[in-house]
Amino acid sequence: MMPEYGQLALIIALLLALCLSIVPLVGTYNGKVVWMSASRSLSVGLFVFVAIAFAVLTWSFYVDDFSVKYVANHSNTLLPVRYKISAVWGGHEGSLLLWVLILAGWNMAVSIFSKNLPLDMVARVLAVLGMISVGFLLFTLLTSNPFDRVLPNVPVEGSDLNPLLQDFGLIIHPPMLYMGYVGFSVVFAFAIAALLSGRLDSAWARWSRPWTNLAWAFLTIGIALGSWWAYYELGWGGWWFWDPVENASFMPWLAGTALIHTLAITEKRGAFKNWTLFLAILTFSLSLLGTFLVRSGVLTSVHAFATDPERGVFILGFLLLVVGSSLVLFAMRAPVVKSVSGFQLLSREAFMLVNTIVLTITVSFVLLGTLYPLLTEAVGAGKISVGEPYFNFFFVKFMALLALIMGIGAMLNWKKTDFSKIRKWQIVPLVLSLWLGTFIPGVIDGPYSVAAAITISLGSWVILLTLADVRRKVHHAPSLGVGLTRLSASYYGMVLAHIGFAVALLGASLNTIYSVQRDVRLTVGNSVTIANMNYELADVRRERGPNYDANVGEIVVRKNGDIVSRLEPEKRSYFSGGNVMTEAAIDAGFWRDVYVALGNQLNNTDWEVRIHYKPVVRWIWLGAIFMALGGTIAIADKRYKLLREKHRRQVEERDSPTPAIPRAELLTVDRQQAGES
Amino acid sequence: MKRLKLFVPLIIFLLLVPFLFVALGKDPSHLPSALVGKPLPEVNLPALSGGKIIERSGLLGQPFLLNVWATWCPTCINEHPYLMQLAERGIKIVGLNYKDEDAKAHEWLRRLGNPYQLNIVDADGRMGLNLGVYGAPETFVVDKDGIIRYRHAGDLNQRVWETKIAPIFSTL
Repeated sequence: MMPEYGQLALIIALLLALCLSIVPLVGTYNGKVVWMSASRSLSVGLFVFVAIAFAVLTWSFYVDDFSVKYVANHSNTLLPVRYKISAVWGGHEGSLLLWVLILAGWNMAVSIFSKNLPLDMVARVLAVLGMISVGFLLFTLLTSNPFDRVLPNVPVEGSDLNPLLQDFGLIIHPPMLYMGYVGFSVVFAFAIAALLSGRLDSAWARWSRPWTNLAWAFLTIGIALGSWWAYYELGWGGWWFWDPVENASFMPWLAGTALIHTLAITEKRGAFKNWTLFLAILTFSLSLLGTFLVRSGVLTSVHAFATDPERGVFILGFLLLVVGSSLVLFAMRAPVVKSVSGFQLLSREAFMLVNTIVLTITVSFVLLGTLYPLLTEAVGAGKISVGEPYFNFFFVKFMALLALIMGIGAMLNWKKTDFSKIRKWQIVPLVLSLWLGTFIPGVIDGPYSVAAAITISLGSWVILLTLADVRRKVHHAPSLGVGLTRLSASYYGMVLAHIGFAVALLGASLNTIYSVQRDVRLTVGNSVTIANMNYELADVRRERGPNYDANVGEIVVRKNGDIVSRLEPEKRSYFSGGNVMTEAAIDAGFWRDVYVALGNQLNNTDWEVRIHYKPVVRWIWLGAIFMALGGTIAIADKRYKLLREKHRRQVEERDSPTPAIPRAELLTVDRQQAGES
Repeated sequence: MKRLKLFVPLIIFLLLVPFLFVALGKDPSHLPSALVGKPLPEVNLPALSGGKIIERSGLLGQPFLLNVWATWCPTCINEHPYLMQLAERGIKIVGLNYKDEDAKAHEWLRRLGNPYQLNIVDADGRMGLNLGVYGAPETFVVDKDGIIRYRHAGDLNQRVWETKIAPIFSTL
């Protein structure tokens, strides 16, 4: 009976979501406070029932209930418990349920942490989120029900979870990614609510900023985990493949990055309101488009789910409805009156605007590359993929431009900047980064790389300028310590995120330029020397794992005769499904990874061995961690606390017959906030 | 005029939708194999029974299904009864016993029945590699001249047979 309860819970959740998307919205028109406040309890109810459904599915996996089709297809009794749990989201239906759960979670979080927002705004935001829930719940129930049964012939044993997915990375990668994807629904809902209400002041931007930062941080980690997982699990030694599904997660990230910045401008300066509204819609639309691409199976990818055209039609319809109607709303309601108080070319606004445009153009190139096979097929030219050369060609250039502008932009003031005042802070970083850039490639073995020189210059340009700006901010303070404590959390967030970007940029480019990869044939007992390191295939033995057999190679890595590490790459064949998996062995380090994968056995003693020497590859993920931390730290800014206090006082003021606080004091708070940045 | 500019994103989006829709109409699970339309690769492997070496030329003369299977593959158990049905209808099925052990394979065929005219022993998976096999089960449709006409990854059942394979097989 349990699975039926799960399904019942989903149906109840759908009904609650329907109420949530209608009742509070009607309340905002007829002014009924009760209707509007219902949005909060409905959001909580929605989450509770989706959580019940999710718990039921998890339970079915835990007890090996193979009468549930989804469980039978994605789990078996041999699977370790932690993989049984993560197998819940190992396939289409379950991962969709996870998506819905996270959506309901964000929805409830907004309802809890929005005590200080005007009620009608809360009602609209939660109603929009409710509508998105209706769409996804309908999708789940109509086309992808995880609780479908196989009756009466219940299988005694399930089929295996794809061995690729039996990994720690899979346990946390999708939840993180979905937290990001789905988290952008919050800022989307705020934007739609603002358009609906016509109150397009900067308030909505301020309210949605913490949510956007958080979603962006999750997405950053999610993407980094995916790339890390591909790196150590797929056995190709690559960390990014421009695979359609990777792109599907990367496009919202790029758009979200632009959004975070324009939200800041809209909040602080009241400028670029339409651009911000558009980016909010774009970011979430790209999340939905990603869902469509992944789940309709229109593009082939290593990530592709079992596909079904019916599902594709449903999501496409949903996409059309959500994106179409929000863009119509945007076109009808976005303000055309120029909202900007003027600013000059040499101002923070201008530089941030340029970079958000660069990011948006990058998104459109990635989108074009991703959809290219569909476009060519539609015009009858067959499926043609553009692949890595296309993406790398433009992406590298855009990122270089981004880094160049970003370094300067962060140092500028709002509105206008007197260049003579900041010049002295820029000279040292400029000289130093150019010197580092020209010097470092010269001392690295091999031919001098101009690309590396440019990368190192740009990367250190961003890092050094960011640090110089910190120094500049505190140079009037009595002491460094005092000065540093005076800086706001959002400033530190920015510093960390920008440095993270530069670190990731350096990692990605230098790794691409300096990686050495060789496929060699090694006889047991023999060795090969690559990039100053000696690799000896000492032994290959057979081992048996819980649900697989493996050949385990033992490779001794030496440098100048000293043993650096002993690596044990595996080639596993899983009992059920018969999949063969490569488990690469990696000796990780801050400056370089040594990466070894075991290929095919060529004869009794010879093996194909793939050896990669990968400098600074860890920096890519380190940079991502910095960026995510930066985004999270910025949320802790006391500006948001001030906002809450201010609002509490306003409420008190409204409730008491005589104003408890003089008007002037509130204005002071406003000014303090404005001065904060 | 300014208002009109705001419609640009909507228009771009609406232009994109038909492409997505057209893409949906195509068969998404159709994995074009590099080998479709190409001759079956050379075979030089022992038969499961008799131990005779099977050559490519020995397989040709009438269209057949080349079914990749193994005893370690649970899906192959599901597929097996349908292969038996096809064999009873007189369809020639050649098995490729993929990365398996002979003793287990014999036991399997004794217990579940033998739908195969003959079985090729591909113990180290070399033939599978030449065919670009992902895993078991997979089925290739080969015509009388030894040209691969279709490839199906996953289990062969009535639905797959009727919708995908029979339309091709019946024309051979």
